[in-house]
Amino acid sequence: MSSTDISINKDVHHAHEEHDHHHDQNFFEKYIFSQDHKVIAKQFLFAGIFWGFVGGFLSVIFRLQLGWPEATFTFLEPILGGWIVNGKLDPEFYLALVTMHGTIMVFFVLTAGLSGTFSNFLIPLQIGARDMASGFMNMLSFWIFFMASVVMFISLFLSTGPAGGGWTVYPPLSALPQAISGSGTGMTLWLVSMALFIVSQLLGGVNYITTVINLRTKGMSMTKLPLTIWAFFLTAILGLLSFPVLFSAALLLIFDRSFGTSFYLSDIYIAGEALSNTGGSAILFQHLFWFLGHPEVYIVILPTFGIVSEVIATNSRKPIFGYRAMIGSLLGISLLSFVVWAHHMFVTGMNPFLGSVFMFLTLIIAVPSAVKVFNWLATLWRGNIRFTAAMMFAIAFVSLFISGGLTGIILGNSSLDIMLHDTYFVIAHFHLVMGAAAFFGMFCGIYHWFPKMFGRMMDEKLGYVHFWFTFLSAYLVFMPMHYLGIAGFPRRYYSWTGFNAFNMFADMNSFISIAAILGFTAQIIFLFNFVYSIFKGRRATANPWHSNTLEWTTPVNPGHGNWPGEIPTVYRWPYDYSKPGAVEDYIPQHVPFSQTQSSNLPHERDLE
Amino acid sequence: MVAKSLGEENNTAGVHPLKFTLWLIIISIIMMFAAFTSAYLVRRAEGNWLEFDLPNILLINTVIIALSSVTMQMAHNAAASDNISRMRLLLYLTFGLGITFLIGQWNGWSELVSNNVFFGGETSNPSGSFMYVLTGVHAFHIITGLLYLAFVITASIRYKVHSKSMLRIQLCTIYWHFLGGLWLYLYIFLRLNH
Ligand code: HEM
Ligand SMILES: [Cu+2]
Repeated sequence: MSSTDISINKDVHHAHEEHDHHHDQNFFEKYIFSQDHKVIAKQFLFAGIFWGFVGGFLSVIFRLQLGWPEATFTFLEPILGGWIVNGKLDPEFYLALVTMHGTIMVFFVLTAGLSGTFSNFLIPLQIGARDMASGFMNMLSFWIFFMASVVMFISLFLSTGPAGGGWTVYPPLSALPQAISGSGTGMTLWLVSMALFIVSQLLGGVNYITTVINLRTKGMSMTKLPLTIWAFFLTAILGLLSFPVLFSAALLLIFDRSFGTSFYLSDIYIAGEALSNTGGSAILFQHLFWFLGHPEVYIVILPTFGIVSEVIATNSRKPIFGYRAMIGSLLGISLLSFVVWAHHMFVTGMNPFLGSVFMFLTLIIAVPSAVKVFNWLATLWRGNIRFTAAMMFAIAFVSLFISGGLTGIILGNSSLDIMLHDTYFVIAHFHLVMGAAAFFGMFCGIYHWFPKMFGRMMDEKLGYVHFWFTFLSAYLVFMPMHYLGIAGFPRRYYSWTGFNAFNMFADMNSFISIAAILGFTAQIIFLFNFVYSIFKGRRATANPWHSNTLEWTTPVNPGHGNWPGEIPTVYRWPYDYSKPGAVEDYIPQHVPFSQTQSSNLPHERDLE
Repeated sequence: MVAKSLGEENNTAGVHPLKFTLWLIIISIIMMFAAFTSAYLVRRAEGNWLEFDLPNILLINTVIIALSSVTMQMAHNAAASDNISRMRLLLYLTFGLGITFLIGQWNGWSELVSNNVFFGGETSNPSGSFMYVLTGVHAFHIITGLLYLAFVITASIRYKVHSKSMLRIQLCTIYWHFLGGLWLYLYIFLRLNH
C-alpha cells in the first residue's frame, strides 16, 4: 500500500480494462473491505435494514407498555430478562427504549442507512463516474460506521442499560450517572458510538461532495444533474457543516461526565446533596445540539426528496415540474435549516423577541417545502402514471409529508408550541414528516433501484401488500397521536394511568399500539421479498423502468468501474419523458440531439 | 500500487480531488471551532465567569507557529525548484517548530495550573475549561498535522517529493497554514474576549 492510498482510484478504470475476465480480487477485497461504491452502498443498506428492525422492535416493546399499562408481560422475560420485574417493564428501561429507538432510527437507519446507501450507489452511477473520488475513504466510512454500530449494539446489553436520556441527550440528565442508570456506562458508549458515527459521516460526506464537484462525466453540467444528485449533494453539505458542531457538543459533554468540568452543569442537587459544579449552562447544550439537530432532520429528508422526485417523474412519464424551482427549493431549505434551530427551544425561557425571530424564520421554511409539494403534484397531474411499488411509496411520501408538514406550521408558532411542546403532538408531527416519510422514501428507492443493485426485480405483488399495510398503519398510528397531544398527553412518560385526565385515552393508546404492531409485522413481508428477490427474483433488464438517467446505461450487473467501455457523454437533462414527436416516451441523457431531430425543440436545434 | 488520479480522466472542477477533499475537511474543523467559540461567547455573556490572565508564553507560541508556516512554505518552494536537500532541511525545521509549539502549549497549561486555573474539578470554572478545550483540540490537530508532515518527510527521504510530484507537500502546506491560521484566530479570540 503506497503513500497515496487515501486517494483516487484511476486504476479502477485501467484495472478493469486490463483484467476484465480474470478477477484478481479475493473474497475480502470484493465483498468485505471493498472500495467499490456499489458494494459499500449495499453494506450500508444491509446495516440500515438490520438497524431498522432493531429500532422497530424496541418501539413495539414500549408500545406494549403504553397500550396496555396494566398488563403483565411475563412472556417477554425470555427476551428482556431482568428488565421485566414481576411482569412489569422497568421504568428506566422504558426510557432507554425510547432513547435507543430514536437514536437508532434517526442516525443509524435514516442517516447512515439512507444516505449511505443511495448517495453511495447513485452518485457515481448517475453522474457518470467510475467510482467515488476516494474509494479508500469510502470504505473507511463504512467500517467506522460499523464500529459505531457495534458499540451502540453492545450498549443494549449492559446490565445498567443503554443511554436513557432521550435521543437528544440533554444534560444534566445525561451528564450525571447518579441521575438515572442509563446515564452510566450506557451513556458513555452512546457518546463513543456517536463520535465514531460522526467521523464516518464526515468521511462519507466529504467524498460525496468531492465526487459530485469533480468527477461528472462530459456534458453533465450542474443543471443537467438528476434531482437525486442535487439532493445528496446538499445533504452532504449540511452534514459537513452540522456534524462537527454535534461533535463539539458531545466532546464538552464527555468532559463534563468524565473530567469534572462544568460546561453544562450548575447548581444541581441530587438526593438533597449539592454537586460542586458551578457556572455551566444546560441551555448551551440545547443550542449546540439543535444547531446540528435541525439540519439533521433535513439530512434525513433531503435524500428522499431527491429519490421521490426521480421516481415520480419516471413513473408519471412526465418531465419533473419546475426542475429549477426544485433545485432552488432544495437550496432554500438547506440554507434556512441552519437558522431555525431554536424552534425546539421555545420553552427554555428564551427572550420572547428572539423567539419571534426564530418563529418567523421557521415559518419561511414552509414556502420552499410547499414549492416542492406543488411540483410533485403538478408532475403527477395528468401523467401516464404507472403504479409500480416504488411509485406507490413515492406518492404516499408526498401525502405523509403534507400531513406532517402542516403540523410543523402549527408548532412553529411559539405561542402554540408552548402548549404543545413535549406532547404527543410533536411525536405525531415528526413521525409523519420525518419518520414515516423518510422510511417511505427509502422503500421507494429500494424498490426502484433494486434491479440495478442486484440484477433482479422485487416482487411487485408482495410490494403492494407491504405498501398498503405500511401506509395504513402509518396513518393509524400517528393520526390519533395528534388528539392525544392536543389533550396535553406528555411524551416520554412511562405510565400515565395515574393521571385522571389521561385515563380516557386508554382505548386510543391500545388502538395505536395494535396499529404499530401491524406496521412492524408488515415489514417482515418486505424483508422476505428483499432477501428472496436477491436470490430468486425475476431477472432484470438493463433499463426496466425506461428511465433516462445514466445508471441504466450500465450492464445489468455493473462491474467495478461501472461501464465496461467508455463513460457515456451527456447531452440533455434527465427528464425528457413523453417528449412530443419522440419515438419512445423517454430519451436517455446520453442520446445526442442529432439522433432525436423529430422531437427537438427550437432552441435545441442548434445543439444538433 | 500508486493510485493515479481519476480526475485526469474527467475532472470537472479543475482542482485536484484530494485538494478539494482537504478543503472540505478544513471546513468541518472550522465548524467545530466555530461551535466552541460561539459557545464560549454565549456562556460568557451569562456571567459567573472567572477572569484570569492568559499565559505569556502563548504569544511566543504564536510567533513559533507563524515561523513554522514560513519554513513550511519555503520547503514547498524548495520542492518546486527541485532543491531537495534544502527542502528536507526546511521540513525538519518545520517539524521541530511544530514540536516546540506543542511543548510551549504544554508550558502554557502548567502556568494556568499554577495560577489555579483548572480544567475540571471542584474549583474549575467554564472559562478555564474552555481555555483548555480550545488549546487542547487545536493541539490535537497540530499532532495530526505533524503526523502528516512526518509522512511527507519519509516520502522526501525516498526522493518522492519533487517538482513533478508536488501533491503531498502541497496538501501538507495547505493544512499546516490552516492550523497556523486557526491558532492565530484562537489567540486573537482569547485576547479579545477576556
Ligand atoms: C414546515 C416545516 C416545518 C416546521 C415549521 C417545523 C416545526 C417544528 C417545531 C416548531 C418543532 C418543535 C416542537 C417542539 O418540540 O415543541 C418541530 C419538531 C420536530 N420536527 Fe419539525 N417542522 C417542519 C418540518 C419538519 C421536517 C421536514 C422534519 C424532518 C424531516 C421535521 C422533524 C422534526 C423533528 C424530528 C422534531 C422533534 C424533535 C424532538 O423534539 O425530538 N420537521 N418541528
Ligand atoms: Cu427543527
